[in-house]
Amino acid sequence: MRLERWITPAAFAAVTLAVIIMPAERSGWAFRDSVIPFLASFATTVAIFAVISLGLNVQWGYTGVFNFGIAAFFMVGAYTAAIFTKPPPAQPEFVSYVGGFGDKLDFLPFLSSDQWLPFLIGTAAAAVMCGVLAFLLSIPTLRLREDYLAIVTIGIAELLRNVSIEERGLVNSARGLTGIPRPFHDFFDPGDYRFVYFGIALGVLALVYLAVERGIRSPWGRVLRALREDELTTAASGKNVFAFKTQGFVFGAMIMGIGGSVFAYERGSVSPDTFTHFFATFIFWAMLIMGGSGNNKGAVLGAYIVWGLWIISLQLLGYDLPQFLRSRIFFIRDFILGALIIAVLLLRPQGLLPEERRVSIWLERQLKRRRRLWPWPRRREPTEAAPVD
Amino acid sequence: MAENGALLRVENLVKSFDGLRAVNNCTLEVRKGCLTGLIGPNGAGKTTLFNLITGFLKPTSGRIHFNGERIDGLPPHLTFRKGIVRTFQVPRELKSMTVLENLMLVPSDQAGERIWNPWLFGFRVSRQERQIYDKALQILEFVDLQHLRDEYASSLSSGQKKLLELARTLMCDPQLILLDEPGAGVNPALMKRLVERLELLCHELGITFFVIEHDMDLITRLCNPVIVMSNGEVIAEGSPEEIKGDERVLEAYLGGQYLAGT
Repeated sequence: MRLERWITPAAFAAVTLAVIIMPAERSGWAFRDSVIPFLASFATTVAIFAVISLGLNVQWGYTGVFNFGIAAFFMVGAYTAAIFTKPPPAQPEFVSYVGGFGDKLDFLPFLSSDQWLPFLIGTAAAAVMCGVLAFLLSIPTLRLREDYLAIVTIGIAELLRNVSIEERGLVNSARGLTGIPRPFHDFFDPGDYRFVYFGIALGVLALVYLAVERGIRSPWGRVLRALREDELTTAASGKNVFAFKTQGFVFGAMIMGIGGSVFAYERGSVSPDTFTHFFATFIFWAMLIMGGSGNNKGAVLGAYIVWGLWIISLQLLGYDLPQFLRSRIFFIRDFILGALIIAVLLLRPQGLLPEERRVSIWLERQLKRRRRLWPWPRRREPTEAAPVD
Repeated sequence: MAENGALLRVENLVKSFDGLRAVNNCTLEVRKGCLTGLIGPNGAGKTTLFNLITGFLKPTSGRIHFNGERIDGLPPHLTFRKGIVRTFQVPRELKSMTVLENLMLVPSDQAGERIWNPWLFGFRVSRQERQIYDKALQILEFVDLQHLRDEYASSLSSGQKKLLELARTLMCDPQLILLDEPGAGVNPALMKRLVERLELLCHELGITFFVIEHDMDLITRLCNPVIVMSNGEVIAEGSPEEIKGDERVLEAYLGGQYLAGT
């Protein structure tokens, strides 16, 4: 019991220390020149992945919808953002893709908006595209049993990835899209830009976090959580099961799309090989399961810890490792991540930060107010003896 | 609708599962303001009948009228809106939600259930939430679970879960409550109070009850009339005393040899 309380802070501290100390040691403790920029990039990626992890938390942690095709939404979000911010292809014989609306979206010249408006529109379009995709998927699949839905989403993610590889005219096939403009890039020194972008990613994460919290802690979120617990009871309580399930699925997918768009701006390029199942689906499940599904803070913490482990394994490569370890480090990383997930599922299935007991904000406020006015009597003993069957 | 008119009328209702006729040409009426009992041996089709009335199953043929309106084939959330609520034979509480949340879920047309309202109209959602909270507390008091309001529903005993099921039905001002074995697993002292509560609800608030129950004492004390089902058909209907003396009922429960032996 005592130990359990320390697991979460210990995991957090261990990852933080490793992420700070390893690059510091390797660079000869040059904090200013290499550690801080490294940490900024690391934190940016964590923020982006935390957004997607929050999207998964809405779908799985609250609504109970299995989505094993996060890669599909991640990819659609990233590509949509790229198409909306890039100019049209300059040399169609070498590079071709649809759209390229970037230079048309600067329709507020008096605000000199080309540094923010196309990106905002790109992100919105990414969310909308993912929402539409999720809605179309939900029509045939959400009436299915959970396990079938999982298989369908796996299939869709793989299908979309293959389409993006094969269709040259759509998104430039396997070479992907490069040269995606980055918001406010021209205003800053290239060396400082990563800090700026960290701020942007953090802002997006904060907004998404607040939006999800507000939604989940409302009566709407209560219906979603009821669906996760028992669909029949929810139907017997007069809720339209299919409609609410679709809403949860679409809302989560839109958040994933936002995450994908922020990812595209950060990398400056997207290509199909990023969006494999292992990287783009599994890792978010790892984050959510480790952090605690059904808790938004847990989703963010899980993103931090899993991505921290991921980065640590890359950092290890910089050390003078024996050859047999060096060539296998990526496999060892995958193995350790898998083992950790199993450990979490066995030992602490609720994750590092379990779901809170009372979730409604309105109710929480209500209880606080009442307690001030009229303290409740102390808890009575249950009046009922053991059930008689 | 006249006093004591038929609130629910089931006509020639049939439900077959691959050749097994779980409900076979069933015709019955539930009168307004009554506590109607439904008894019958295991597998008689009682729970299937409830599932058909509330829309969890679609009938193979036949009609169901509620308040003069046809409701057969409507999905569960729409029958709920018409004013029919049910409990489950095996309680299906929302396990990792608190008792209070289990109840606060129920009221229909909560403003906060629209996805955008919590962001845009926080005040309206908050006001409604306050009302629902008060109501949930009242009802928890009514079924005597108020001390457990912040516990997870999964940690209740099975008798308390039955009460929670009953409480859930009371959250929405229903016209007709279908109770599927409310007494199973509830201890006798609590059961006695529960019966008083049900009678109070029925007589004071005019809520109609349709109750499946195996406990004949409870049926005798609570219900009038009583409908008996066997093999998917209604075989008898009448006051508890009439039912007890009915030969067809004894035969259905005890088999043909009982009559052959006498």
